[in-house]
Amino acid sequence: MNITDREFSATRRLVLKGAGVAALIGLGVLPLDVPQALAAANDKYPEEAFKQKNEADAIKALYGGRTAEPSDQVKMDAPEIAENGAVVPVSAITTLTGVTSISFLVSENPVALVASYRIPDGTLPSVSNRIKMAKTSNLTVIVEAGGKLYSATKEVKVTVGGCGG
Amino acid sequence: MASTIRVRATSNGETTEVQVLIQHPMDTGYVKDAKGEIIPPHYIQQLTFEHGGKAVFIADWGSGVSKDPYVKFAFKNGKKGDDLKIAWIDNKGATDATTAKIQ
Repeated sequence: MNITDREFSATRRLVLKGAGVAALIGLGVLPLDVPQALAAANDKYPEEAFKQKNEADAIKALYGGRTAEPSDQVKMDAPEIAENGAVVPVSAITTLTGVTSISFLVSENPVALVASYRIPDGTLPSVSNRIKMAKTSNLTVIVEAGGKLYSATKEVKVTVGGCGG
Repeated sequence: MASTIRVRATSNGETTEVQVLIQHPMDTGYVKDAKGEIIPPHYIQQLTFEHGGKAVFIADWGSGVSKDPYVKFAFKNGKKGDDLKIAWIDNKGATDATTAKIQ
């Protein structure tokens, strides 16, 4: 009985490993499958930034060495208390000009960077989305405008976490 | 197969407001199923919007975006009847795309 259990477990591990490898291969061939709209955009997915666990590393990976300065021109709309951490409605808007991107980070999430939106010329610097929050945490919005970074931070209390467990 | 993308794009003459809802599990890779096995990460990485041959909005997402993601933004110069192309690709290389008419 024990032996079969162990065998089963070993097989399962192999299968899991196989799945991991398949996922990696999937990422490798990504440019071949990209639909035209994606290819036309010619903008690369910031893979490294989405691998970083903590907020500072994610910001570094996404924006290089630049640091964000808090600005009251960055406005964030997020609940004080989120009853369900799996779905937290969050939006950001700014009165800054020359905005090129808006990003959302949750410091206590397993992966700090949640979403990063690129804002081409002619698109308004305002975005709404729904994010997951593992637990009570600071939520940071970073606006890139004229090559500089501006931020707003707010603590959101989470009663039921949204990242598993 | 029905599209995973539901979109509403409305122009008020000056700006076009776009709301999108996509059907996707957005699995983080941190959640276990009923048998206690980890559900592997499966999430949309990039979502693009194109109008008149030009990208008007690009979303780069991690697994921290909620299941069945929703996003809203607005851009200038869209007219009623114009095409808006929307496409996504996830971490497993799956894709979907649709074209919506601005209303």
